[in-house]
Amino acid sequence: MVTLTVNGRQIKAPRGSTILEACRLNGIEIPTLCYDPDLRLAGSCRMCLVEAKGRPLFLASCVAPAEDGMVIETESPDIVEARRIVLELLAARHDFSCQTCEKNGDCKFQDYCYRYGVKDSRFTDGGRHVYPIDDPNPFIERDYNKCIMCTRCVRACEEITVARAINVKDRGHNAKIATAFDGHLADSPCVFCGQCIMVCPVGALTSKVSAGKGRAYEVDRVLTTCTYCGTGCTLELNVKDNQVVGVTSNRSEEYSPVNKGALCVKGRFGWDFINSPDRLTTPLIKENGEFREASWDEALDLVAARLQAIKESSGPDSMAVFTSARMTNEENYLAQKFARAVLGTNNVDHCARL
Amino acid sequence: MTGVPVDDLYAVARLYATTDKAMIFYTLGITEHICGTSNVMSIANLAMLTGHIGRPHTGVNPIRGQNNVQGACDMGALPNVYSGYQRVTDPAIREKFEKAWGVPLSDKLGLTIPEMFDKANKGEIKAMYILGENPVLTDPNSNHVRSGLANLEFLVVHELFLTETAEYADVILPAASFAETDGTFTNTERRVQRVRKAIEPLPGQTNWQTIMALSNRMGYPMDYPDPEAIWNEMASLTPSMFGIRYRRLGIKGMQWPCPDNDHPGTQYLHYGSFSRGRGLFQAIDHIPPGESPDEEYPFLLSTGRILYHYNVTTPYSQGIQSMWPEEMAEINPDDAARLGVKTGDKVRVTSRRGELTSKVQVTDRVPPGLIWMSFHFAESPANVLTSDAVDPITKTGEYKICGVRVEKLQEA
Repeated sequence: MVTLTVNGRQIKAPRGSTILEACRLNGIEIPTLCYDPDLRLAGSCRMCLVEAKGRPLFLASCVAPAEDGMVIETESPDIVEARRIVLELLAARHDFSCQTCEKNGDCKFQDYCYRYGVKDSRFTDGGRHVYPIDDPNPFIERDYNKCIMCTRCVRACEEITVARAINVKDRGHNAKIATAFDGHLADSPCVFCGQCIMVCPVGALTSKVSAGKGRAYEVDRVLTTCTYCGTGCTLELNVKDNQVVGVTSNRSEEYSPVNKGALCVKGRFGWDFINSPDRLTTPLIKENGEFREASWDEALDLVAARLQAIKESSGPDSMAVFTSARMTNEENYLAQKFARAVLGTNNVDHCARL
Repeated sequence: MTGVPVDDLYAVARLYATTDKAMIFYTLGITEHICGTSNVMSIANLAMLTGHIGRPHTGVNPIRGQNNVQGACDMGALPNVYSGYQRVTDPAIREKFEKAWGVPLSDKLGLTIPEMFDKANKGEIKAMYILGENPVLTDPNSNHVRSGLANLEFLVVHELFLTETAEYADVILPAASFAETDGTFTNTERRVQRVRKAIEPLPGQTNWQTIMALSNRMGYPMDYPDPEAIWNEMASLTPSMFGIRYRRLGIKGMQWPCPDNDHPGTQYLHYGSFSRGRGLFQAIDHIPPGESPDEEYPFLLSTGRILYHYNVTTPYSQGIQSMWPEEMAEINPDDAARLGVKTGDKVRVTSRRGELTSKVQVTDRVPPGLIWMSFHFAESPANVLTSDAVDPITKTGEYKICGVRVEKLQEA
């Protein structure tokens, strides 16, 4: 263990911790943008600067090791001024269109600008870059006019999904996140998992499928299990006005260890079948080769009567039930109980064979 | 025989055998053959031979074809077992369920899906209740499936969408999706995880309520207040899941076996010894496919899924459908040159059972002589081609191999 003094308070942390880890372990919050506990360290955004007594320079706490006896200030007047300058430098390439931004209310950059009173940048001589927003893929909106070059998307693409679809193109003020030859995602190795959206701290990467349907503070997040494959990823359905308007995921250790927030294109973007206009919502009865709408009572009465009649005339084993590996355990248990206890047959099976 | 270079086989074998902890993951390329059971046994042999079993981060791991195949099997949605793989032919087990359910139960093994369609074609199966499945697109030899459905006296389909299968129904009951119900799914590592209701059911009631209502009308009263009550009844009758209850699942889930309320669940199987005691090596002989390419049908057709789609639901997702709207059958550049087709051209694919048209993409992902298709698209339904050969033990269809003819289609 090492012992440090942070903002006048003594704290302890395991040897090998960074200053940021030591502080967070002890409940001391330091602002970060490029830092992500699941990704390799970048140390590039400089939001997490802290003052260490006796050191000539401010330290980026996300990469600086916590040393025994250090005396650290995380919110001294000099640090606060430094953070304002850092935010203004980042703002030199950030388009403040917060009113219409998908991430309004769920944006770390907005939070920090608010907290430190930064309203614009004094470093915009010669103007901001204006990048076209023109990637035609149906899932991921790429608005690099809001990108602050934290590179979390690049690292998530490389380290979580291992697709390596994007990287940093050019350097300095001209740096930009791009696919090879700065083209569209569909022409790159991108698999549209959207892990880049999950880690983006600003509104540069957002879901096109959810666009305009509800901001983070308007939706309820319902923790559930993905319906697509046998991996069983945990995800959160974002619900507004009894409609599913998006999917987010939670990487906290407290949740299921299956996916740690990572999803694939189907889980993250394929949920719109739920509220599809093609969904059946009323029972249908076929008459003279055509379906007509019916009430639940009428349809269930008819099904019960026909099944009962066939059971009596041809015996239970002339009937069969197909259940579904897409339905819940409880529905499957009930369906096989229906076959066995109500119809009286073991003719029950599902799509396990495909 | 397999097309995999022998040196690669040696290299993989050495790497697997000499690594401290190694896991085998397989999907349906192993099981969807008439020798699927033999393939799985061979994998088990390898794991036992190398000691990659019964320890953390080892073992044999099938990645299932649907999100809740594991759970549907665990719940007894199979013709030979009740929940927890308790056999319907075991008198003591049957007596336990008869007592719990309050009715006499059949001691006769039920039919598997391929057998149901055979009997439907013969007129011996007269009624079917299909919940959330679309066998017309997903099951092998679709024309046989269609004729079976058409031959039924009565068909009920309980579905989200008006599917190709639902077209055959006498009554369609609208289903609720996973977002509209509470419950659980069990993933491929036997982890039971919660499904939580996010929105009200679009059809006004959810699926367990519909099954209950039907049962009540047929003179067998069911009265569950919620899915948790259904789970609790199942768990009370199922030793391997007895200790799994909603309150214990929390936000992490639990893995069965979990025999009692203090048991933490089981991360991996076969610790210390195998369930049967000693491991049993099975000697496996090669079994050739049910249908191989020949002069008349010279191409080998293999089928599967693509990353961007999932069986037959994803076409109802606008984004996914707009990006990958149609079948792009994969063929090798050598074959493409011989047939005179390039990516985007259309071909007719014919087997002994049916024919379809599909666009192709030319790629060296497939070797010469092989054409690969998915089964996601109603416009190019690969399963009109596939054979109805099945593994004699599991009744799994041989989706991975059949003989087809491929011809370039002249654009009209």
